[in-house]
Amino acid sequence: MASSDANHAVWLRGIEKRFPGVIACAGADLRVRPGTIHALLGENGAGKTTMVNVLAGVYRPDGGEVWVNGQRRFFQSPADAIAAGVGMVYQEFRLVPTLTVAENIVLGAAPRVLRSAEIEERVAELSAAYGMAADPTRPVWQLSMGERQRVEILKALWRNASVLVMDEPTAVLTPGEAAELGAALRAMADDGRSIIYISHKLDQVVAFCDEATVLRQGKTVATVDDLQDVDLTVLAEMMVGSSEGGYVDRPPEIEAGPEVLSLQGVSALNDRGLPALTDIDMTVRSHEIVGIVGVSGNGQKELAEVINGLRRPTQGRVTVKQQDVTDMAPGDRYRLGLAYVPEDRLGVGLAPKMSVVDNAVVRSYRSQRRGLMLVMAKCVKFCQDLVERFGVRTGRLNDPIAGLSGGNLQRLLLGRELAEQPAVLVAAQPTRGLDVQGVAAIQSHLVAQRTEGVGVLLISEDLDELLALSDRLLVMYEGRVVTELAPDVTPRSVIGEAMAGQVRA
Amino acid sequence: MSEDALIGLFVATVQFGTLVFLAALGELIAERAGVLNLGVEGMMAMGAVSGFMVGLETGSPWAAFFAAAAVGALVGGFHALVSVVLGADQVVSGLALTIGGLGLAAYVGRNVVGERPETLFTDLGIAGLADIPWIGEIFFDQPPVVYLAVLLGLAVWFVLARTRLGLALRAAGESAPTTDTAGHSVMALRSGAVMVGGAFAGAAGSFLSLYMAPGWVEGTVAGRGWIAVALVIFGAWRPGRLALGALLFGFTLALQPRLQSFDIEVLGVELNRISPALLGILPFVLTVVVLVIISWRYRHRPSPAPAALGLPYRREER
Repeated sequence: MASSDANHAVWLRGIEKRFPGVIACAGADLRVRPGTIHALLGENGAGKTTMVNVLAGVYRPDGGEVWVNGQRRFFQSPADAIAAGVGMVYQEFRLVPTLTVAENIVLGAAPRVLRSAEIEERVAELSAAYGMAADPTRPVWQLSMGERQRVEILKALWRNASVLVMDEPTAVLTPGEAAELGAALRAMADDGRSIIYISHKLDQVVAFCDEATVLRQGKTVATVDDLQDVDLTVLAEMMVGSSEGGYVDRPPEIEAGPEVLSLQGVSALNDRGLPALTDIDMTVRSHEIVGIVGVSGNGQKELAEVINGLRRPTQGRVTVKQQDVTDMAPGDRYRLGLAYVPEDRLGVGLAPKMSVVDNAVVRSYRSQRRGLMLVMAKCVKFCQDLVERFGVRTGRLNDPIAGLSGGNLQRLLLGRELAEQPAVLVAAQPTRGLDVQGVAAIQSHLVAQRTEGVGVLLISEDLDELLALSDRLLVMYEGRVVTELAPDVTPRSVIGEAMAGQVRA
Repeated sequence: MSEDALIGLFVATVQFGTLVFLAALGELIAERAGVLNLGVEGMMAMGAVSGFMVGLETGSPWAAFFAAAAVGALVGGFHALVSVVLGADQVVSGLALTIGGLGLAAYVGRNVVGERPETLFTDLGIAGLADIPWIGEIFFDQPPVVYLAVLLGLAVWFVLARTRLGLALRAAGESAPTTDTAGHSVMALRSGAVMVGGAFAGAAGSFLSLYMAPGWVEGTVAGRGWIAVALVIFGAWRPGRLALGALLFGFTLALQPRLQSFDIEVLGVELNRISPALLGILPFVLTVVVLVIISWRYRHRPSPAPAALGLPYRREER
């Protein structure tokens, strides 16, 4: 088989892929040179993940050609793609939690008979060679997200992948880990490997990548040969097709009202039974957005769960509207006026196999009934209002929500939580992984809620978002609130130090 | 109680233990690959009747044993087709297998009820060991299927723990997408595991009809398939613990018919006044207790149950 252009590691040509009711790719192209880090950009639903799944042999394209290292390929399965040198690091890691690091790494390419000691030694050598520390004997469920990602990358390197695909790699990483990842990727590119890097974080794309392809609505709309020459705003414009983007404007000052949420001396344990929160005191008042800053894994998840009744505190008190809710069930807290947009949208927030209508009324079904029966017409009406007010793009309202894009899922979830005028909203990572328009929509809803008098607790890993929206910033470090900062007057360096546990007196 | 009666009890313990161990080992293979097969009872019945009929025809217990294994694999293959390939609900398909398998076995065997084959498995004393008092009689003067079960147990442990195939199989039971993207065929792994599991259950069934209760009548399996399903949980999905659990469950099964004849007191209770039916539920009570213990002990770490147990997998679903 001859190549029409030898100078590429990957060439996806005119890829078409349809799913029921959705055209994911409509003739998209992607060309990656050997030894480069190539950014694949686009909004949610632009077809990025579908493209790389075609390359990884997970989806078979309905049309188009797949070329890898100068050869036309017809992948029937992921095994074919792996054999051709394509390694994929999925956004949701493909690791077996109960197996060890070494077992996970060799899973796709193990010797017929396993000798643990020998395999662990070879894995250790590999991780040392690329400066990615990972103890081969530990089970994966004990690892942090950053460590798990290293295992994923080592898995691809173990199989000697010449092309490495990273889908949203930094979404789960701390800023320090993200920088380490950038260095490791560069080492691999210098080794002659090609990396396809999918991300929404344009600053990281510019920092890590050499070239870029921009997708919009399933088609390639632009390619960039040298990212150093391009302005961030130009890239953003290419992705959305207009110049909007970035963060919503800082809300005008409003006098904060009465206290709507408080935590008094709250401590709690994490899933492993270790202390996650220690003696937390905080209050959120009406008409204010309180931002929680911190490197992920410093107790933010547990904080949101304790407030919403999904985790029992070992000591302390939680109040909503001055009422003690410490022993109250989550549903009762909601009816009292506590709304919650959880970090895990499809696991905790929404039920993937239930319909749009069912998901919309699952919180407020008590107002959609007559006697013991739910009135379907009321439910549908409620759902239609919600879909219109929050701009959710859906198919039929009775279809499962699993087919909606991330941004639309989040609009639906936020809309549902705000439908019955809560007093407090706890929003955990509400814009993570969303496209530019989705981010702007969610942020402006948060600001609008503040104006209407809701007290918002915003837990986010996006510092720019927190700085843009918050009235007050609380910094969490190792399960404690270490300091409170004013977002408009505090230098970033001070915030960064506080996030690392160094608080200036 | 006489010494002979006591030895007889332990000999029967080993044999009943072997019976449920073989069937449970097969179920363990399927479950570690992520497929729950509640059809063990039906597969054992099919194995029992077909093994018995082949035994009648050929006069060879080994031909009968392997024929029963093949039939078990075939019946298991039906479960694999329905639940793995076509992605139907594993519980429904498995229950259908039990109901259908029992019915089909009764139909197939309707003309051989009451017949006795000329050749059955005979006890095989292991030279040197069989003469040890007590121990020899209990462990080393047993039919060959008992020794084969031990070897199979070791083999299954080795394959699961120490080979590439076993690693892939365990991964398929924990996370199908991970296994798929690692380049293993989840469908082949799971179908194979279910069929091998079926072969084990079928073979166990023939051990019943060719040795333990020679002959064929409807109801021969008598719930031992369900005990095997429970035993997999009791053994926390590990072959070693499965073997220990098999001896314990085997003991309750062996004790059941003998209980009435034991006129001794344990803790102030006369054994022969306990209803054998009460003893019959003991394996299931123990299994529930173990389940509770497992969920308590593993509250801060992943449970030993395969995480993807019972979940069908289709690649292009989104």
